[in-house]
Amino acid sequence: MKALHQFIDSNVHPLFKEGSKLEKYWPVYDGFYTFLFTPGHTADGKAHVRDGVDLKRTMNTVITALIPTLLFGMWNVGYHHFNAIGIDATFFEQFLFGAIKVIPMVVVSYGVGLGIEFLFCVIKGHQIEEGYLVSGMLIPLIMPVDLPLWMLALSVAFAVIIGKEVFGGTGMNIFNPALLARAFAFFAYPTYMSGDKVWINTTGTEGMMAVDGFSGATALGEYATTGVSQYSALDAFIGIIPGSVGETSVIAIMLGAGLLLFTGIASWRIMLSAVVGGVVMGLIFNAVAPFALSAEQQAFMAVPFWQQLVMGGFAFGVVYMATDPVSGSQTDTGKYVYGFLIGFLSIMIRVFNPAYPEGVMLAILFMNTMAPLVDHYVIQANIKKREQRLALKTATA
Amino acid sequence: MADVLEKKEEAKDLLVDKQPKEPLFSKKNRKLLNDPLNDNNPITVQVLGICSALAITVKLYPALVMSISVLFVMAAGNVIVSLMRNFIPNRIRIIVQLVVVASLVALVDQVLKAFVYDVSKELSVFVGLIITNCIIMGRLEAFALGNSVWRSFLDGIGNAFGYAWILLAVAFFRELLGSGTLFGFQIIPDAWYLANGGFYSNNGFMLLPPMALITVGIIIWVQRARNTKLIEE
Repeated sequence: MKALHQFIDSNVHPLFKEGSKLEKYWPVYDGFYTFLFTPGHTADGKAHVRDGVDLKRTMNTVITALIPTLLFGMWNVGYHHFNAIGIDATFFEQFLFGAIKVIPMVVVSYGVGLGIEFLFCVIKGHQIEEGYLVSGMLIPLIMPVDLPLWMLALSVAFAVIIGKEVFGGTGMNIFNPALLARAFAFFAYPTYMSGDKVWINTTGTEGMMAVDGFSGATALGEYATTGVSQYSALDAFIGIIPGSVGETSVIAIMLGAGLLLFTGIASWRIMLSAVVGGVVMGLIFNAVAPFALSAEQQAFMAVPFWQQLVMGGFAFGVVYMATDPVSGSQTDTGKYVYGFLIGFLSIMIRVFNPAYPEGVMLAILFMNTMAPLVDHYVIQANIKKREQRLALKTATA
Repeated sequence: MADVLEKKEEAKDLLVDKQPKEPLFSKKNRKLLNDPLNDNNPITVQVLGICSALAITVKLYPALVMSISVLFVMAAGNVIVSLMRNFIPNRIRIIVQLVVVASLVALVDQVLKAFVYDVSKELSVFVGLIITNCIIMGRLEAFALGNSVWRSFLDGIGNAFGYAWILLAVAFFRELLGSGTLFGFQIIPDAWYLANGGFYSNNGFMLLPPMALITVGIIIWVQRARNTKLIEE
């Protein structure tokens, strides 16, 4: 490693530095350099060091936290594939099949996203930001496995250009880019993003659907259309249900959540209040279920509140998306409000609107829009409180 | 010498309304036609008339019909108001303009219903809403009230074309990517579609209004990147 470092410093660095031939591509070089090595520059003003973590380490931690869901997702894809076509397969075969399906999605997501990001940085002469590292991993995890790769690429391009670059790049986006990619695909290609055909890969197996009672719908999809599901809450908790690649297993997500909370990278306030919000809405639905308009809706409303939390993308969204530090609320009180409303709205949308079984995505995007407003009122309230305190002090003095 | 003459011309222009010597398509008059196409486009620069740009650009044909209707109303409205400009009492000018525009729109509506009934149904309320199209009221108020008939006519035509080309550009992308057709003719071959074993699928998002807004936004982006006059400090 040291030899490599020295080689780069003495041979590659001069090629890119100011005034040299490849000066234009400095952002690309710098991006790779700082990815490999700790940057050599030091602070030149008065610095307040609070933590050694920089943006790249933060991003790497989140990616590490995503690995359990990615691995589980790969296995789950294979498991359902062989289940659907009625072939017994070993654990390894299942995992291998899933890996072959999922890894191209990850590669496309990173390839397209980073390509666009590099392009913009070179054009604008900015430093390359690390923001896409996490989005690029999140996007394949929240897509159905059967989504054609070019649709994935288009969604990624949309999210990076319209969701991020037009606002000024990493840290300036008002929406979570990964969710924007999903929202784009959801509205652009609804037949490939919802329903009961897309969650389980059955390509090349036409005529082999020998399994009785096979249904490719997700647990949420089944509840939304019929009011019953063949999957139990325990299935959903472990994650052996159909769904987007990484969202199914609550256990894997909890592993990631543990790491994020332990390192302090994700806000526990948002996670906690989002779960509370989901529970409250779930309890309200349980209470009003007898007054539902249709039998299916009644059955869906009567689903126990704790089961609502383990189905669909609720856990994934709350842990990895709602806690996005850029698009979420910044104030501590604001985080409680923001998280609570995400949980509350997620369950509400998924029950009330069967066309959008994935309420989490829309709830988080909606609250992204509202986050600055929440912060505004929190700050105003604080200013008012302090003004009153000041008035009190001057009155008594 | 030429400079001085031009300045004199301009000064005259401010004082005297009618200039018999000026050719029909003088530099200034051509500017009236060209400016709204790019530097002063009613949609992308002044950001007026957005609602119709979002609502009726799903298909090219309705967008074309809408553009022609607006062209007619704008040109005729500008001419009529310009003809009457010296007789309109200042305090009720908005009402007079509204009456003029409303009668023209009623006329357009009847013509559309008589000759292109299907499109008329598709455009529905948006034909009536031409009355409230900010571009038309804006041009009447800002231009026709203070300029000669010919100049007002050119201004109306220019702005209508500025409006039309944006509308058609947005509709082009929305229809091509959203439905795979142009003017109703299929462009994307059937065999390309996933349902027929191909690889392609229409983008349903293009049919929804948010994508029209984003398309207009991208046009504004490209325009501002290319046109240095529009770059703000």
